[in-house]
Formats: sequence, structure tokens, C-alpha cells
Amino acid sequence: MTVLLKNVRPYGEDAVDILVKDGLIASVGADLSSTAQTIDATGLIALPGLVDLHTHLREPGREDTETVLTGSRAAALGGYTAVHAMANTDPVADTAGVVEQVWRLGQQAGLVDVVPVGAVTVGLGGTQLAELGAMADSAATVRVFSDDGKCVSDPALMRRALEYVKALDGVVAQHAEEPRLTVGAQMHEGDRSARLGLTGWPAVAEEAIIARDVLLAEHVGARLHVCHVSTAGSVELIRWAKSRGVQVTAEVTPHHLLLTDAQAEGYDATFKVNPPLRTAEDVAALRAGLADGTIDAVATDHAPHAGEDKECEWAAARPGMLGLEQALSVVVDTMVDTGLLTWREVADRMSVRPAEIGRLTHQGRPIAVGEPANLVLLDPTARAVVDPAALASKSRNSPYAGRELPARVVHTLLRGELSVLDGKVQK
Amino acid sequence: MAPPSTLSSAGPGDPQQLLSADDVPRVVDRIAHQLIERAASSTSSGDGLADLVLIGIPTRGAPLARRLAARIEAFTGTAVDVGTVDITLYRDDLRTRGVRALEDTRLPDAGIDGRLVVLVDDVLFSGRSVRAALDGLRDVGRPRAVQLAVLVDRGHRELPIKADFVGKNVPTSRSQQVRVRLAEVDGEDGVTITGGEQ
Amino acid sequence: MKRHLLEAADLDRADATLVLDTAAQIESALAGREVKKLPTLRGRTVVNLFFEDSTRTRISFELAAKRLSADVINFSAKGSSVSKGESLKDTALTLEAMGADGIVVRHGASGAPHRLATWVAGSVVNAGDGTHEHPTQALLDAYTIRQRLGRLEGVKVVITGDVLHSRVARSNVWLLHTLGAEVTLVAPPTLLPVGVGSWPVTVSYDLDAVLPAADVVMMLRVQGERMNASFFPSAREYSRRYGLDAERMARLSDDAIVMHPGPMNRGMEIAADVADSPRSTIVEQVGNGVSVRMAVLYLLLGGPA
Repeated sequence: MTVLLKNVRPYGEDAVDILVKDGLIASVGADLSSTAQTIDATGLIALPGLVDLHTHLREPGREDTETVLTGSRAAALGGYTAVHAMANTDPVADTAGVVEQVWRLGQQAGLVDVVPVGAVTVGLGGTQLAELGAMADSAATVRVFSDDGKCVSDPALMRRALEYVKALDGVVAQHAEEPRLTVGAQMHEGDRSARLGLTGWPAVAEEAIIARDVLLAEHVGARLHVCHVSTAGSVELIRWAKSRGVQVTAEVTPHHLLLTDAQAEGYDATFKVNPPLRTAEDVAALRAGLADGTIDAVATDHAPHAGEDKECEWAAARPGMLGLEQALSVVVDTMVDTGLLTWREVADRMSVRPAEIGRLTHQGRPIAVGEPANLVLLDPTARAVVDPAALASKSRNSPYAGRELPARVVHTLLRGELSVLDGKVQK
Repeated sequence: MAPPSTLSSAGPGDPQQLLSADDVPRVVDRIAHQLIERAASSTSSGDGLADLVLIGIPTRGAPLARRLAARIEAFTGTAVDVGTVDITLYRDDLRTRGVRALEDTRLPDAGIDGRLVVLVDDVLFSGRSVRAALDGLRDVGRPRAVQLAVLVDRGHRELPIKADFVGKNVPTSRSQQVRVRLAEVDGEDGVTITGGEQ
Repeated sequence: MKRHLLEAADLDRADATLVLDTAAQIESALAGREVKKLPTLRGRTVVNLFFEDSTRTRISFELAAKRLSADVINFSAKGSSVSKGESLKDTALTLEAMGADGIVVRHGASGAPHRLATWVAGSVVNAGDGTHEHPTQALLDAYTIRQRLGRLEGVKVVITGDVLHSRVARSNVWLLHTLGAEVTLVAPPTLLPVGVGSWPVTVSYDLDAVLPAADVVMMLRVQGERMNASFFPSAREYSRRYGLDAERMARLSDDAIVMHPGPMNRGMEIAADVADSPRSTIVEQVGNGVSVRMAVLYLLLGGPA
């Protein structure tokens, strides 16, 4: 397929024309012409296609809430060209068979590269290593391993996992939560949880695991990735670890860049999430950490849930929020419009670094001749109110419902093919 | 009783005085004398005044009842039982006009069973307050008879209720307001009428 | 007043005083009567939606509603459609379709009444949600204090016990503060929430130090099972350090009163002879509960629908 993108601004810089052919960026210049499909991209910014390190596609097992296909649509509409699908499915993705199934479903959908994440332990039970090698060697070529949803809390097991994946050029992505400090926890432990009568999820439960894991990673010389960092203390620990040369990387979710535990007032469980929304000080520290690179990437932790799992009393609700379709808008709102990140830095945090961490060689590439044409074209001036009923996801649990956000994804290209044209998904 | 006086068309908003600060105590005394006569003439249960209970309907019916009891005692030397019954919880207009704060309900130790209860209120208008007071009394006991004493009767009854003792009859139009002021509540005595078309 | 009573903060000082004054008027209006009935809520339907067992509170609300001539429906979770998996939302929609004017709800999850209130048109009264609030308990406690001591402004109230898990403590802290009383919380550090520093209270770990100045000592129920999660080492140590026994009671000022929301763990947080002493308001708290709940139902449901 050949597509000519006219008058587009890569990284928000000067406008150029980009010719895409046979899956690659064929030429970049002024006044290009072609007989192929031409798109007037005046006013649009081009970034490398976004790469999500953390998504829940719910298939196999909870297809009522999301499937690989509907999740792929949501991802493409959000400007993503690759997503890592977390392993806490049913059955758990702890074997080559399940990860290959998920990978194949992604291929069939053909809208984004679905990269399965392999579980660290069998059944996420936290006691026995899963066949990490088999998953790495499978057609899914798993490189990121995570028990996300649960923490690998046994320090001895975590040590072994960190060591083992060195041979696979893999990385353990830890959901940092000391389970014995979060028994029955519902929201951030602080002034608000005390008043609302909800059991608290203390920051130290996250920080204690991160402190332990960066030291373990240092000791065994392994890579470590920290999922959904949510506290100011965690940012400081990661900054300290990096200064010591520890191979640690970290991600933050869009909702943790924008929302605080004030959302729990009124007990609307749309805002119940794990790790929980925290304080304004934590939000500020996370933004600063993303700005200075202590936090390497934005990852959505897109977590679809059925209505009955959210429209109920808080304690009975499942934690998690949608994120794929609004992620870029939230980052523009919290980081670009506030002057904390340039467009190049957005590309770095949302495409380049995640691709590097996930070892995806064809994603997160520069917008330059000869590179794979994985691109997102966005209108930075658009503003729209989020309507959950209009989302491509099968579920509706978006924390941004009714909120006006900036920036709109207009076109997405996956290896030169338009997955999204004029805000409409093509499959 | 003075003949009913039609009211001149004072400008709306101009209060016109019906009873002055001197008039009110005289009217109260007149009602007190009428009550004494009525109690004396009731033969069925011995000493009439011991049989009498004055029950004021708050807000201003309460101090009015106390005043009447005091005047009766001044004229006869006999103390008369006094009480109040709050009608807020018996009102038929709560659903339309909303809830309001409650007033006192205080009944004499000897109760009201078998006695002559005279309800006392400042203004008799639609009659609904008296109806509510009757409902309230019904849950408290069974008087021998219930009568009604009011300072002002302004007409426009919506229920078949009449006052047995009236201080002053005042024909009014529906849209006018009759305001009774009593020293115990308002700092001074007086009755005025305001507003409305003629 | 607001349409619902979900937490103490729903009442400002004027509203709270109105509830107490209304309760006092209702109490005197019914005193000495043979027929303890008022027609005010005739034709209104009040549903007692109790997901947690509570005979005492449910009966109190039932009596309050019936004395105001309302129709009362009792719904308890056991054996109902809820135990067969019906959600709170579906239960709410069912009640709504039946035209419930007022729903009194007790639930094990904090915030359940708040969610319920978004699904129904009637008024919701929180009869206790999880570890969050129990506003009518705080109202009857304040009513009892005012009745016994003649005032609330400047009254020194010491609340002792498992504050962390207590909805009664939370409602009392906020309501007493609104009404001008001064609250001191006493508990072992493990039973105080991390955020307590932001509350309008003084905190002490030493019960003996605060008792002499107290006008009111309110004891909270402490569950022995908390010992198993290491909130305190043993029932014996807890009652020795934080229990109100006869010796501690003797050190109270002459006019000080002792309160307990019930049910009591005699011997744990409160000694038997303290519970039965003239200082104790435990029994009158129960009677006051009916008057206060009548006042709440009248103020919320007596007016236009």
C-alpha cells in the first residue's frame, strides 16, 4: 500500500510530506506527489506509533469485557501500533500455547502488534517459575514477563526470576505491592481513606517492594521493570537506583498523572484501581519523574470491567480503568500543555523507550527514510468531551467520562497500512 | 360586640390598625368574662372552672391562653388549667408547604379526659389549624366537649368550624394578611391588616 | 436539610440542632399518651434495607416510622434475593419501582448508601455503612448528652476504643465538632487511622490521663478477634489499658456520664458495674434513638415528595 501524507509535522516540528510505501517510510521532503492515496495532514503532528507496555485484553477468559479484536481497535484509535497484553487471563498466559493463542488473535485482528506478556509464575501463584524459555522461543517471542495483578512477593523467587530471564534478553515487570500490607485495601491510605472508612493501601507497600527489587536486580545484574509507579517515594527510589547504575526501568499510567484520591469521594468505583489514585504531591512527583526520565514510559494499564463489577458498592468492585483511547490526550493535558514534555519527549516516553524495554526492533523507530511506517497523526488543537458510550472498547469504565481533553488521534498507520483513518478504525 | 367595620382601601402594604395596644387587653378581658359565664352555666359536672382547660395553639395561641387563664384567675380567684398542643405534625399542608420546626406540646397533669377543652388561637381563617388541633387532641384524650376561642375571626372558612368566643369579627379579602402581635412574642400588642385588593 | 442523611457532614449546625429540637418536641408530645401515634407520615412507605444483621437498630427505625403512621417494609439480606446474587443496584431499582419514599439502609460496605442514593428517587438514611458512618447514632448520642448535661457547646467528650474500624466514632467526631463539643480520641496507636491527625480532635494513648477532665466518656465496642491481626496482643492487655472499670469510673468528675452505642462486650471495654451505674446512659440511649429517628424521618419525608 502506498500513502502520501501531505504537510505533516513530525515531532511537532516543521511541516513536510511523507511518502509511505510497502510498509516503510519511502521519502520525506517538500512537495512530494504521488498517484497513491493522499491525505491532507495540514496541522497534524506525526509521532512514531505508540507502544503500550501494559494492557489487559481479557482474552482468553473474559471476552464479555474485551477481546483482542475490540482491544486492538481501542489501541489503534489511541494511536498505538503495539501493545503488550498482560498475562492474567483465564487460563493464565504461563505456557507457550496460551501466548501463541493471544499472538495469533492479534495477527488476525491486524490492527496493532499484540505482544503477549508471559506470566512469571505458574497460574500467577507466586511459587513456581513458569516456562519462561518456552514462551520466549514461541511464535509470540515473549520478552516481558509479569505476574501483574499480583506481586511476585517471595524475594527468593523474584531473585531467581530476575536471574533466569537474563538468558532470554527478557525483563521481569513487577507489580509492586507487598500483599501483607494491603489485605482488604480499597484506596490510598491517608486522610481521605480515614474519613471515608475504606481500608488503606499504604505507599510503603509499593515502595518496600521496589527498594527490595532494585537491590536484587543490582545484585544479580539483571534488568527490572516497575509497573504503574504511583508514589513520590517510588520515584525517588528509582532515581536513586538508576544513579547507582541499576538496570531498572519504570512506567506510569495516564490516570496517575491526572487523578488523585479525591475521586473516591462519593464512592464511584469507576475510580477504584490498583495501585490506587494517590495525593496531589504524588501526582506532581510522577509528572516530574516522567519529565526528567526517571520514569521511562507511559503505559496505560488499560483494564476493562463489566458494568456489574463497577456499578456496585466500592468494596465489591474490581479495580481498573480503561486507558488506551485517551492515553495520548491525557499526556498532552498533563505533560505537554504544562510545558513538562516536548513532542519529541512524548515520542520517547510513549514509543521509543517502551519499544526498547520490550525489545521490539520494528517499533519506536525514528520518523526517517527506511524506517517501518508505524505512525500516529494527531491534531494537537482539538478538544473533546469523553463519551464512554462512543468508545471502541467493549467496556465503559473510563475515569475520563464527561471530561474535556485536548488532542485527537486522526490517523494511525501500522507498517504502512492505515489502521485508523479520520478517527475511524478500518477493521 | 362592635358592628363589623368595612375597611377603607388603604394602599396595599400600608398596615391598617384593627386593635391598638390598649384594645387587645380589653378584648382579652371580655373573652375571659365570657369564659367565666360559660363555665358557670355548665351544670353537668360541678364547679365549672375546675372542669375547664384552656389549650393554646402555638405560636400565639399559647401566650393568649395563658393570658386568659391569668385574667380568669384575677377575676375569680380560681386558677385554671392551661396547656398547648402543637399541630405541626397534624397539618394537612406538610406535603405542599414543607416541613417546619415543631412547637411545644404541654398538657396539664390532670389531663383532658371528660373536661371542657377550649382551644385558643389568635386568628381563625380557613379552620384547618383548628381541625389539626382537634386531631391532635383526639390522640391525647377524650374531652367532654371542645370549644374554640379566638382573638380575631377573619372569615373564609374552608371547613365547617365556628368559634364560640370571638374577640373581634373582621371581614377581609382572601389576599389580605391579618397580623396579631402579642407582647410575649412580638414585644407589643396589636392587630393590623395589610395588603390585598378590596 | 439535604434530601439524604448519609453522613454527619450532611448536617450543618442549624440542621443538627433542628433534629435535636424536633426529637425533643416529639418526645414531649408523646409523653404520657396512651396512643403513641402521629399521622404525619401516613401514606409514606419506609423500607428498612438491612444487609447486616442488626435487630436493635432495625427495630428502632421500624418503631420510629410506625409511630409516624408510615408503612414499613423490612428487608433483610438473609434468604432474600440478595443472598441469591442480586446486586445492590438491582435491589435499589426494585424498591424504586415499588415506590419507596424512604430507604433506611445498613450495609457492610462503606459508601453503599451513597451508591444507593444515585439509583433511587426517595430519601436514603444511612443506618451504618461499613466502617464509615452511622449518623443517627451520633444524633442520638448528642441528644443524650444534651439531655443529661443541658448543653453541647464546650462539652469534653472522650471516645475510647477501636476508632479505626468504628463508624460510630467517625460520625460522633464530625457531629460533635459541628455542635461545638471538644472530642478526644483514646486508643492504642494500632486502632487509630493514619489520617487522624487531620481530624478536629485531640489524640491520646493514655486513658487515665484524660478521664478527670471528661464530661462524657463514650466507650466503643472492641472485637476480641482484632487480636488475631495483631491490633493488640491480648484481650487482657486491652482491657487493662483501655477498659473502663469501676476504679477508672471513680476518678471521673461527679457529673460525668458514661455512654456506649451497644452491643457491649462486658468485661472487655466496659466493666459490668460501670455499665449498670447511674452515670451510664446506655439504656436511655436506646429510647432516645426512637425519638431522634422519628425526627429524622419527619424532616426528610414529611414535606413534598
